[in-house]
Amino acid sequence: MATLAPIATAPLERLHDTWEARPGLYGILATVDHKTIGKRYLVTSLIFLVLGGIEALIMRAQLTHANAHLLSPGAYDQLFTMHGITMIFWYASPVLSGFSNYIWPLMLGSRDMAYPRVNALSYWTFLASGIFIYTALCIGQAPNAGWFAYAPMTLRPFDPGLNMDFYALGLIFLTVSTTIGAINFIGTVMKMRAPGMSLNRLPIFVYGTMTASFAAVFSLPALTVATTYLYFERHFHMHFFDAAQGGSPLLWQHLFWMFGHPWVYIIVLPAMGMVSEMVPTFCRRPLVAYPYVAMSTIATGIIGFGVWVHHMFATGLPGVSMSFFSGASIIIAIPSAIAVFAWIATMWLGTPVWKTPMMFVAGFVVRFVIGGVSGVVTAAVPFDWQVTDTYFVVAHIHYVLIGINVFPVVAAFYYWMPKMTGRMMSETLGKWNFWTMFIGFNLGFFPMHISGLLGMPRRVYTYPASAGWGSVNLITTIGSAVFAVGVLLFVINIFVSLRRGAFAGSNPWHAGTLEWAMESPPPPYNFAVIPIIRSRLPLWEDQLGDETPGMIPGEGHSHVSEGVVLAEGRETFGTSPLEAHPLHVLHMPEDSMFPFLLAVAMLGTAYGLVFSLWWLAILGGIGMLACLIGWLWPRHLVTGERA
Amino acid sequence: MTSVAYDRTIQLGGEGRAPGWWAMVWTIATEAALFGFLLFSFFYLGSQSRSAWPPDGPLKLTLSLPNTILLILSSIAYMWGERGIRAGNQERLRLGLFIAFILGLAFIIIQGIEWSKQPFGAGDGAFGSLFYTITGFHGAHVIIGLCMNVLVQIWAARGTFTRESHLALTNAGMYWHFVDIVWLFVFSSLYISPRLG
Repeated sequence: MATLAPIATAPLERLHDTWEARPGLYGILATVDHKTIGKRYLVTSLIFLVLGGIEALIMRAQLTHANAHLLSPGAYDQLFTMHGITMIFWYASPVLSGFSNYIWPLMLGSRDMAYPRVNALSYWTFLASGIFIYTALCIGQAPNAGWFAYAPMTLRPFDPGLNMDFYALGLIFLTVSTTIGAINFIGTVMKMRAPGMSLNRLPIFVYGTMTASFAAVFSLPALTVATTYLYFERHFHMHFFDAAQGGSPLLWQHLFWMFGHPWVYIIVLPAMGMVSEMVPTFCRRPLVAYPYVAMSTIATGIIGFGVWVHHMFATGLPGVSMSFFSGASIIIAIPSAIAVFAWIATMWLGTPVWKTPMMFVAGFVVRFVIGGVSGVVTAAVPFDWQVTDTYFVVAHIHYVLIGINVFPVVAAFYYWMPKMTGRMMSETLGKWNFWTMFIGFNLGFFPMHISGLLGMPRRVYTYPASAGWGSVNLITTIGSAVFAVGVLLFVINIFVSLRRGAFAGSNPWHAGTLEWAMESPPPPYNFAVIPIIRSRLPLWEDQLGDETPGMIPGEGHSHVSEGVVLAEGRETFGTSPLEAHPLHVLHMPEDSMFPFLLAVAMLGTAYGLVFSLWWLAILGGIGMLACLIGWLWPRHLVTGERA
Repeated sequence: MTSVAYDRTIQLGGEGRAPGWWAMVWTIATEAALFGFLLFSFFYLGSQSRSAWPPDGPLKLTLSLPNTILLILSSIAYMWGERGIRAGNQERLRLGLFIAFILGLAFIIIQGIEWSKQPFGAGDGAFGSLFYTITGFHGAHVIIGLCMNVLVQIWAARGTFTRESHLALTNAGMYWHFVDIVWLFVFSSLYISPRLG
């Protein structure tokens, strides 16, 4: 047992020097600051969003009318596959990691994530894997079998180029990034909270990312196994998916969807969590049914592991098995509905303030209901048989992913950008941004339900005029162009705000959570003193008093500006997983080049494996080993001092 | 926000695991899931197979059973060494780690012989592909565990570890025990389960 006395004034200069990255190239490559890493994640994933969007627009141009020949069938295959994997893997999850990375320590009252160097590695591998997969597009051999890449058409006899090798290795590479990122989030939520921030005081956003991280830890290995089999089958003449040799194409489908369905929740639960932060702020009251929303988040994550077969209803599985998965897929709507009702009740009982983030949030709720309903109906086997592999499913996935991911993400940019840059985004441009995106989205994607019901299959590069799908496709293309203008307005608004935005101050939205306690942008050390938390909304305690949710009578109020300093090096508290009792003072690692170098070595190995340059693969492997040894080497053996 | 001065001292509990320990726990969790999916593939394709599974009858236990015992002994040796440092005994730690390393190395060499003696190759049907992939994944994990063991031995020789502070040792040990336990699942699935059918 040790005790630490509080200090009245924090030595801010010393804290600043301790936590700031060094200037110059070394600082850029070696920094482990979660705020820098978070911003890099956000910018990089927005670039992927734009790339994936351009690919979609080219496809829409091709589909505008019947018998168009803008693209060859082969080019179209590459475009829809790249569009799918870019959006699903290199945009939707990393953008949420970006917000979590930036916001979590601020929200949790910590000075960093649990594993800062792992955090840096997670970003560098994300970037390197993105460069790797886009190399394929640059040399004209991009993945071309759809984002879920069903065997046997992905096998070498049917797809002889490097296309699917890039797919397999690129996804394994990205999996490394996502897995270590998830472990970092779990470690952070278990150890890095401000004293007193017990589980019942955690923001829902933290619950969202935490659940997504647990799901990632247990589901991503299925993708790794499947893509490893694919690479082995294509390169070393092994047999996993080839029915003639005792394999089974359905093995791919099982493994892919055992990963794939939890992945859906990985890319929506943190976004729903962000919504649960914004709704109370803009409705001026605490979230209704907080415990139920927290529990339904976790329940969704768990049930998400038991629904994968609903992607495989058309493969001839036994009826009993389909009934079970159909039932589970209908049940999973219940926890999502709990969250929706909680948001609506919060708006109903509160006083909504219609700032841009709130408009995007409300638009999201509408979309979530439509996407949810089209999901529940396809959970019914007979209906699924009717619409499987048609544009109805394409409409569903876009309502879900744009509705539940893109809209909350744009809302979150409007909401948290002022914290990151210190400047507000334009409200006027924001309203234009919202209405163009909202109208464009519905105009573009709602007709896809109809083209699907009319029988238009997905992934066809063109269609005959006699099919009668011309007008719905024309409307879809116009809608997607309007939507793209909306995204453009959003990007313009970011740049305008960086140059000319009004100064934000520490808490422009008068929000109640901890990330609004410090100045904007936050100093390198986040908190001058480590706060002590006594409620769920520490910054609303003045207004709500003893009614603040999560407050225990007699325990007193939160302390945000007075507390323990911890300034002997990079220090913060390590706390207990449930109650967040302070257990020890953690000495956080210094900046390091090893994460960057390790990612470069991995990129070398990936290129070596895809081009069958074995010397390069082995060289990369040796480089990885060397980086890991250097990374793990105890500091005192180098410096001669004992920690 | 609040003007009440903070006038108490913080009590530090001191108990509880370090963040690094949790990192290893969740790394092991995701690795365990990886082997779970590998073995799922094995049982799934086995259940769908219309020919004999394995094609040439159950695999021989001549080498694999003693090899399994070697790996268990290696884990026990590591544990024995780690108990040593908890009592402050550096010599016992070094000896335990060394024995664990030799036994692990013996396992991987015998595994190589086992590979060379199989009547089928990796390209001969789904069973062969799965056998070499699953045991190959496991072998790679053994080699990573051995690399960790070498590092920990170097640090032990330099007196890095003390009775109170030896997280790297604990983590490498947890990983080594995981590699050992997961082998029991791999062995039971690949070698034993076809004998039960």
